[in-house]
Amino acid sequence: MWEYTDKVKEHFLNPRNVGEIENPDGVAEVGSIACGDALKFTFKLDENNKIKDAKFKTFGCASAIASASALTEMVKGKTLEEARNISNKDIADFLGGLPEEKMHCSVLGQQALEMAIQSVKGAPAPEPGAEIICECFGITDREIEKAIRENGLSTVEQVTNYTKAGGGCGNCHEKIQTIIDRVHASGVPIAPAETKSRLTNLKKIRLIEDVMEREIRPSLQQDGGDIDLIDVVGDRVIVAVRGSCATCPASQATLKGFVETKLRETVAPELIVEEEA
Amino acid sequence: MKTVYLDNNATTRVAPEVVEATLPYLQEFYGNPSSMHTFGGQVGAKIREARQQVASLLGADPEEIIFTSCGTESDNTAILSALRTQPGKKRVITSRVEHPAVKALCERLGKEGISVIEISVDKEGNLDLDEYRKNLTPDTAIVSLMWANNETGVIFPIEEAASLAKERGIYVHTDAVQAVGKIPINMKENAIDMLSLSGHKLHAPKGIGVLYVRKGTPFSPFLIGGHQEKGRRGGTENTPYIVALGKATELAASNLQTENTRVRNLRDKLENALIQSVPNSRINGNRTNRLPNTTNISFEFIEGEGILLLMDEFGICASSGSACTSGSLQPSHVLRAMGVPFTMAHGSVRFSLSVYNTEEEIDFVIEKLPPIIARLRELSPYWKEGQAGGVCTTASGNAG
Repeated sequence: MWEYTDKVKEHFLNPRNVGEIENPDGVAEVGSIACGDALKFTFKLDENNKIKDAKFKTFGCASAIASASALTEMVKGKTLEEARNISNKDIADFLGGLPEEKMHCSVLGQQALEMAIQSVKGAPAPEPGAEIICECFGITDREIEKAIRENGLSTVEQVTNYTKAGGGCGNCHEKIQTIIDRVHASGVPIAPAETKSRLTNLKKIRLIEDVMEREIRPSLQQDGGDIDLIDVVGDRVIVAVRGSCATCPASQATLKGFVETKLRETVAPELIVEEEA
Repeated sequence: MKTVYLDNNATTRVAPEVVEATLPYLQEFYGNPSSMHTFGGQVGAKIREARQQVASLLGADPEEIIFTSCGTESDNTAILSALRTQPGKKRVITSRVEHPAVKALCERLGKEGISVIEISVDKEGNLDLDEYRKNLTPDTAIVSLMWANNETGVIFPIEEAASLAKERGIYVHTDAVQAVGKIPINMKENAIDMLSLSGHKLHAPKGIGVLYVRKGTPFSPFLIGGHQEKGRRGGTENTPYIVALGKATELAASNLQTENTRVRNLRDKLENALIQSVPNSRINGNRTNRLPNTTNISFEFIEGEGILLLMDEFGICASSGSACTSGSLQPSHVLRAMGVPFTMAHGSVRFSLSVYNTEEEIDFVIEKLPPIIARLRELSPYWKEGQAGGVCTTASGNAG
């Protein structure tokens, strides 16, 4: 059992400001149902451009719900500039701390806040050019850098606990270590991270699952092969091949020529099918 | 607050009869069974009795029973023994839904140059026997398949799988930790070479397990030490807990009927009521070919940890395949291997009953759980959209 503080428990049992604001001034959707955490955050400004009201909806564990509830309480009455200064650590501190494995819940809240502020008309444009480091959960170098800087992280395991990056296949551990080394060596302040939307449309995931199940898997199974959907990150469909496909030299051709073509035809033309690293 | 304990696949209450049988071996009879004096020797006699009790439950001979510290030790011993006694064979066949005691060991072996084949399961968690058969190659050292799945309760056709392997001269181990005491097992009527069981899953204390090794099976010990267990497992015997396990297996034999009637009926009542009263819910796993005490139910668009914590407020104990309950970031490998959709996989709850559960307890859960699901769905950004989609995914057409 997790050791949650009384405040986490209290916000989980009695979450504040649940819902969605109609015609919000700021809105953000972050996370994904595939990776187990998602948050929709909306707020409304008053005539002085201070946050008058904020609401949330969360799909996730108790600490994700508590973090979002805390966030809505923390931003009320703040200007956008003041709100922008709220870090994930502030959210965790507000709750009296979170177990380290759950720090990514506070990061999710901070990301939603930042994205919602960016969505306000006239807010400064986000920094361009972030690179995805963790392919499994679609985490960028900016998000990782920010988490390292704001929370003083020094190991890959900590980065995983805070951002989820590296928690899937583990192939990006070396890259994460490089970022950790770079941040620690530089000492130079890093520009505010771009918060990249990772919300995968629920309908898209379902449609992909459905097409895989009804059309793709049966044909592969006829040849003694099989395929599993591992994750959907934006437009990237991550799969794993099984059975005879796993050893078949033509499996790449099958993935691109058959699976990707089928999904593009039936779900969305911009989808890219990739094999799990 | 009264505890409603429905997490018996995690661990069980130690039976009062077992406690009573154990206490003298913690208090007055503390001798070492290997000693020459009568004081130690009388403990040795009691261990022989316990070995006979365990053997009776399995339809085995007493000398085929090796006492270990837990199910994990038994699993590790079996697989490593098969590899060590057949150094020319570098291949292990297992399944995609094994317990970590087998799965994590096989992952480690994979990194050390052993070829590990994980056989798939279908949407209901049934083993793909065709794929299994095709993979039974002569360079296979051992097949290790669980008898029943800890998360879904789905039972594998392990006896058929063992016969197929036997025909090809391949040894077979089964992790029967969840199966022993819940379904009939008779080692005289199958070709399984090694079997693991764990005391604390059948009302004995934690810290005692058994590895059954069929007579004639080549064996290499895991713990090297004294001559205990005929040199097959070093270390002074855990005498009180061996006595406890003996008593617990005797009780399990007499409770087998109850497990498959009263406990099964309670489980069925629970899952049928929940599936009927909660929309967008489904049962994971083959409903027919399943342990009588286990049900794994998914509630769409919410995350399992919240369900567990809100049930905890009422003293209801269960567990979840959600990533958030384990500290890992991926939901249950068992549900993913079965192709349970993401919208369902995170919100799964496993209830596992025992002979100590009552109908009042089941009614209590049936009353308290649906409002908990509704409450969490109100918090979920997907609930309204999902509901509007009108999707009601069911494994075997049971949902309402």
